[in-house]
Amino acid sequence: MNKTAVVIVSHSEKIAEGLNDLVSQTKQPDVHVFSAGGTEDGEIGTSADNIQHALQQADNEAGTLVFYDIGSALMNAELALDMLPDLKGKVEIVNAPIVEGAYVAVVEAGMGKSLEDITASVRRQQFVE
Amino acid sequence: MELTLNVMKRWLVTADEKMQNHKEYLSELDQAIGDGDHGHNMARGFQAAVENVKENTEEDIGSLIKAAAMTLISKVGGASGPLYGTAFLKASDEWKGKDSLSQDEFTKGLEAAVEGIKTRGKAESGGKTMLDVWTPVLEYIQHHDIAASDLSAKAKESMQQTENMKAEKGRASYYGEESISHTDPGAYSSYLLFEALAEALDKEEA
Repeated sequence: MNKTAVVIVSHSEKIAEGLNDLVSQTKQPDVHVFSAGGTEDGEIGTSADNIQHALQQADNEAGTLVFYDIGSALMNAELALDMLPDLKGKVEIVNAPIVEGAYVAVVEAGMGKSLEDITASVRRQQFVE
Repeated sequence: MELTLNVMKRWLVTADEKMQNHKEYLSELDQAIGDGDHGHNMARGFQAAVENVKENTEEDIGSLIKAAAMTLISKVGGASGPLYGTAFLKASDEWKGKDSLSQDEFTKGLEAAVEGIKTRGKAESGGKTMLDVWTPVLEYIQHHDIAASDLSAKAKESMQQTENMKAEKGRASYYGEESISHTDPGAYSSYLLFEALAEALDKEEA
């Protein structure tokens, strides 16, 4: 059975890939994590095209969770999703600290939890005291 | 007032010229309360959009503006990409298949664009953003027969008013009170966009 996938949207390619490395340490079998960091030219920024590509790669029956950082990241993630109407309802963009949120999501996806359950669980976490 | 396909093309070409000419100034405004790349982003985006217009022979206004929207989304970078891209994309839906727009039809497109910016940016007027130019310009167009000089003056005056506002959205909001006494860069590029429209209309009448 498919497990919920995770997409990381950051202004920095290095942050997105570094976070991917970090969450991979939890060694969750069959949890796929995709990075969409930086602009198309590898500069600081986010790209709706890169995010679309990551969402398409991540697409699976169990759905995809998206974590994002500052500024345009959320807008471009929403725009990318608008442009992929087939994925409507299969993707959840989650407002959470990007590192902690993605970490919790990957661990819970590894347990085979559903998109809805993981989203609720991430939202329940009190990341900031 | 009839907005033909040619006027719309000239609008984009003139907007590109303005973004190129004011590239440094826009980035300077952005340096004060943001990340300092607004001018370069807008210049890159509009240059690509206009190259695309020249290469393609779009036969209706909807496809012309949609092509520009897709290029802006890909090329602008920063928050302006999804915002200007969404604005143009929403307007293009209203202008689908038309080779000329009445003022009413043009207004419908602009209304959709402003709604698009609000939804995408989760913003309202008064927060020192591009909306503080788009909203008054829309209100002017809703209630008056467009006169090029008035359109341009309305955009300019609205842009200038952002100087005294406190930023509520985007990176400028991290500056809080410090953001006051700086003109918003997105408002300035929006002013340039509407000034370009006024000039495109003016040329058509001449």
